Amino acid sequence: MIVADRKPLDEIIRLIGSARRIAIVGCGECVTVCHSGGEKNVLMLERELRMHSVATGAPIEVSGIVSRRQCDPEFNEDAAGDWDVIVSLGCGAGAQTLAAQFPSIRVIPGLNTRFMGAHTSLMRWEERCAGCGNCSIHLFAGLCPIARCSKSLLNGPCGGSFEGHCEIDRSIECVWQKIVDRLTEDGRLDTLDEVCPPKDWRTSGAGGPRVYTSEDN
Amino acid sequence: MRTTDLKSGSLLEQALINGHFAVTAEIMPPKTPSASSITKKAELMRPFIDAANVTDNQSAVVRLASMAASRILIESGVEPVMQITCRDRNRMAIQSDVLGASALGIRNILCVTGDHQRFGNHPESKNVYDMDSIQLIRMLKRMRDDGLFQNDEPIANKKNGAPVPPEIFIGAAANPFAFPREYRPLRLIKKVNAGADFIQTQPIFDIDVFRKWVERIIELGIADRCHILAGLTPVRSVTALQYMRDHVPGMHIPEPVIQRMQGASDMEREGFEMAIETCREVIGMPGVHGLHIMAIGWEKIVPEIITALGLTPFRNPAGTDIDGKKDPT
Repeated sequence: MIVADRKPLDEIIRLIGSARRIAIVGCGECVTVCHSGGEKNVLMLERELRMHSVATGAPIEVSGIVSRRQCDPEFNEDAAGDWDVIVSLGCGAGAQTLAAQFPSIRVIPGLNTRFMGAHTSLMRWEERCAGCGNCSIHLFAGLCPIARCSKSLLNGPCGGSFEGHCEIDRSIECVWQKIVDRLTEDGRLDTLDEVCPPKDWRTSGAGGPRVYTSEDN
Repeated sequence: MRTTDLKSGSLLEQALINGHFAVTAEIMPPKTPSASSITKKAELMRPFIDAANVTDNQSAVVRLASMAASRILIESGVEPVMQITCRDRNRMAIQSDVLGASALGIRNILCVTGDHQRFGNHPESKNVYDMDSIQLIRMLKRMRDDGLFQNDEPIANKKNGAPVPPEIFIGAAANPFAFPREYRPLRLIKKVNAGADFIQTQPIFDIDVFRKWVERIIELGIADRCHILAGLTPVRSVTALQYMRDHVPGMHIPEPVIQRMQGASDMEREGFEMAIETCREVIGMPGVHGLHIMAIGWEKIVPEIITALGLTPFRNPAGTDIDGKKDPT
């Protein structure tokens, strides 16, 4: 899923500026799951903005709305209104959908979209996919070195791998240590012997903005 | 004297192929546009080494370009080993640099992945890592041996023209001390299969781990297929050792080494003695074909170490060095 976290209140207030009629639009998908843009997060921001309004004496009108899926215009109709600004508590795709859908209203991002990740322990998500457009995890014991190695190496661990940790931060696991361990356990370490050729990055963002069309109706 | 079948004709290649125990030393380019600091180091090292290794924005800190520094070394009569990292350039920029380096007379290129920019002075920059070091080695080998670019086009001005391949002696790095330890020799095989002609190791502070690594690469038959240069970093203070242990990626410095330095009354002297002891161990080791000295910030010790070890540079048959002049030594 897409993992996002909320911008600090000060930043959101600064982005709102002098706008008085404010809609906060959350999303019922990924950001609800990671507790950054769901119903309770919309309510929380509403309260924070009201308290700020009281404290500063600058009157505002705030409404909270939760779109079932903000990146899909058909679920955003409830967000229509005579707003000065919409604060999107959706991912970047959701916020841009709102901006395209309501061109006369200024849309400001309330979240920072971080990565595509998995829930690894209670309230913790870790990056798992870089969206390279050509999945090859079967070559690497089901682990992705493009997303999970700090240097996206395809031919084994760099010289900075230390006791299972990445050289850039001891809190990051060395994915190559895990790949080597798992393939060793499976007796398939020799599958790494061949030199893995340079990746064709055209299917990733390097090929320009990507479009997907499904033929399945 | 064997001079046939040379891949690049570099003095380093000639030295190694003739079984000469080679010595290379690292020259780190300055953070300023100053040729004189490079020529000064070149003057200091020239009588003692076979080649000087020029780092490419080492530790992700911006410095004078390795290609420019390599050319300055050639003009100073020192053969360069130009480093290329994968951190800052994609396959297009690297191939362009390889052609440029070849045109400038640079014959040795060392391929490394590169320290992550997080360690350097521009941690907010975006890295490239279009390729990894092994893919880079293979690309250089195909450029040299097949005259082909990465995209399979010939290295020629016309699509069907006869290729004009660059002449390169291809180097790679190996870290016997990194993890997973048992995988390190296997990764070295990949580098050699990809086309590495010579290997520079990370600095040795743990001779037992290094010895085991060398024994394993002999056992796997790799020691005969490439030239291994054992890495050495002389250190003159305990703070330098601690800094390297804590902040330099891939560095393995056992506690007894730190304690020994801590207990020394003259740390510079102790650092020199430790360097000599390590060198004496590796010089006699089967499978080790040379020494690569990385005396970061202590370059003046390099001639003293080499002299104390009684090592001399290889000279080509004409007794001339890289710029064709008679060597003054």
